[in-house]
Amino acid sequence: MADQLINQVLWPVIYILCIVLPLVIAVAMFVYWERKVIGWMHVRLGPNKIGPFGILQAFADVVKLLIKEVILPTKANRFLYFLAPLIALIPALAAWAVIPFSGQMVLSNANAGILYLLAMTSMGVYGIIIAGWASNSRYALLGAMRSAAQVISYELAMGLCLVCVLVLAGSLNLTEIVNAQAGSKGILEWFMWPLLPVFVIYFISGVAETNRAPFDMAEGESEIVAGFHVEYSGSAFAIFFLAEYANMILISFLASILFLGGWLSPFPASWGFIGHGGFIWLFIKAFMMSFLFLWFRATFPRYRYDQIMRLGWKVLIPIAIVWVMVAGCLKYFDVVTVGMGA
Amino acid sequence: MQEIRNYTMNFGPQHPAAHGVLRLVMEMDGETIVRADPHIGLLHRGTEKLAESKPFNQSIGYMDRLDYVSMMCNEHAYVRAIETLLGVEAPVRAQYIRTMFDEITRILNHLMWIGSNGLDLGAMAVFLYAFREREELMDVYEAVSGARMHATYYRPGGVYRDLPAQMSQYRESPWHKGNDLKRINSWREGSMLDYLEAFTADFPTKVDEYEELLTTNRIWKQRTVGIGVISPELAQQWGMTGVMLRGSGVEWDLRKKQPYAKYAEMDFDIPVGVNGDCYDRYLCRVEEMRQSNRIIQQCVQWLKANPGPVMVKNFKVAPPSRVEMKEDMEALIHHFKLFTEGYCVPAGETYCAVEAPKGEFGCYLVSDGANKPFRVHLRAPGFAHLSSMDTIVRGHMLADVVAMIGTYDLVFGEVDR
Repeated sequence: MADQLINQVLWPVIYILCIVLPLVIAVAMFVYWERKVIGWMHVRLGPNKIGPFGILQAFADVVKLLIKEVILPTKANRFLYFLAPLIALIPALAAWAVIPFSGQMVLSNANAGILYLLAMTSMGVYGIIIAGWASNSRYALLGAMRSAAQVISYELAMGLCLVCVLVLAGSLNLTEIVNAQAGSKGILEWFMWPLLPVFVIYFISGVAETNRAPFDMAEGESEIVAGFHVEYSGSAFAIFFLAEYANMILISFLASILFLGGWLSPFPASWGFIGHGGFIWLFIKAFMMSFLFLWFRATFPRYRYDQIMRLGWKVLIPIAIVWVMVAGCLKYFDVVTVGMGA
Repeated sequence: MQEIRNYTMNFGPQHPAAHGVLRLVMEMDGETIVRADPHIGLLHRGTEKLAESKPFNQSIGYMDRLDYVSMMCNEHAYVRAIETLLGVEAPVRAQYIRTMFDEITRILNHLMWIGSNGLDLGAMAVFLYAFREREELMDVYEAVSGARMHATYYRPGGVYRDLPAQMSQYRESPWHKGNDLKRINSWREGSMLDYLEAFTADFPTKVDEYEELLTTNRIWKQRTVGIGVISPELAQQWGMTGVMLRGSGVEWDLRKKQPYAKYAEMDFDIPVGVNGDCYDRYLCRVEEMRQSNRIIQQCVQWLKANPGPVMVKNFKVAPPSRVEMKEDMEALIHHFKLFTEGYCVPAGETYCAVEAPKGEFGCYLVSDGANKPFRVHLRAPGFAHLSSMDTIVRGHMLADVVAMIGTYDLVFGEVDR
């Protein structure tokens, strides 16, 4: 009985903590890194006062947000208002369950991993919609409507991109998808090459899905002030913030796993030490992908609501559909060799 | 059946894109604007009324605070109106200095505009790039008047004092040190004119940087091309001036059509738009920065070669120098009279306008012969532009209103006065 308890409850909880705690710290450091990088790109310094090089800035912000009052707007729906941040956060964390950090390091090696991911990432939008609705604010409502439309359309494009990967890998299991990209030629075996347009579309959709610039019109600072979370303050806001950044990191990890060979080394295995796979490679790839988020934010103007829709429906989805067929042909005629597995 | 109604949204006065205190009451059909009703007056300070209770010179400082991103141009309109009534004319050197500072002001204003318009449309980087150069020009303001924004530098009969022979240097601090400090100070070795020479030589490359980020950016073009189209007729009907008018293809610029100061001697072009949309106005303003840069270069050249007085030698209007005061009784009396009572302006009325960065900034001045104006009316370009808001944004989307506010280049100091 005690054994059972330890095996089925205690260890999973420890595993979960091992993922969630580093993730929360990663979010804090990512916020710091974002502010620093954007600062450099903007010829300014970024945070540099708290801790060495301002490295503790994000933690100071967390403390500040936690001790601030959470304001409930008049006539807001109390239950939904406080439920919304949780609905945004829980899927953002739960999605990490199926992410394989290396061949063995995965919390749940689910066979339907990608389906689970799709389900989780599309749940997040409910948090946004409910937040916008429950706040009893017109700005928030506009933000919620925008993001509902946006996330739903980009979910489609994203789903089609995943289909391409599935077709090539022949599996819904993320570990197997990575293993399918293994091979003797290192970087050349990754799905990024046969699926290059899809890779780009996937990442664009990922940026849109996480409501980041240039698709950040759900927040649309200069139009609807802060969009769906305009009325949130203190820790409730902090939770939205955490969810957004956790999602960004998740998208970066997914892009690395699905298209960039996950934990596999970019060098052929015959090259000795650097040819070996390991979670460090995954982290490096994810770091590079997440850097793109920051780069976009520092550079691009914001799209308009209808233009985002047009881009999604008229450009990204058609290309993705075409590439599903291309991927099918590649697979059928054995143009792409699927790796031998770990 | 339940009736479906449009909803009303309050855009501002506390809004990041309201450029100060614009309150826009909008009736919206989803994201589409059905009616936009600008409410103004939240920054009303009664400048025109205040001016009636003060000697002429004491109101110059108020003019800075009207359009607080194009300070000296406002002063210029007011000072010119007084000069016209008095019948005095500033010395040539003062005229050149005014021309130069009007153009410096134009660059300051357009930098602020390109930054805030970029920020409105989500392009954050341009804002901070523009402020980098603004800082350098602010130093020129500071060098010449002691104030970085509200200079109060122009005077009826000239300018307050001649250009400084030494540009002040930055001291070492935690923010400026090492190579950065050396680079900043390398321009500041000589006089202010040397500094400006270095700045104008460098500035076009900086404008290229802004253009790099925006001009050919697909998103930027999608957000501005075909947005807020103003036909030339409409622009004239609404009394638009400046880039709002030129962007629609009407070549009207007071600097060319009714030259004042030394603009007649300057070699510069007036950029004109074709379609009258936000993108054309953006291109016009960017080109104006380059043209202003040219004018500054010409002024710097002339000013370096031609020293001379910068204030009229008419002690009924302009104070005598401190040196003269020490030994000349009459000079002391003039000084005392000027700084207590001021000067009396002959009865009459006049309208003097300058091409401010935002458009025609005019000053209608009525004097009854006293030492204070009888009535001052200021024609602010932003006021005329803003009133066209409803006509232009109808049928656009919410995000376009923000683009439109940006392209109007609104500053509420002048709209509300």
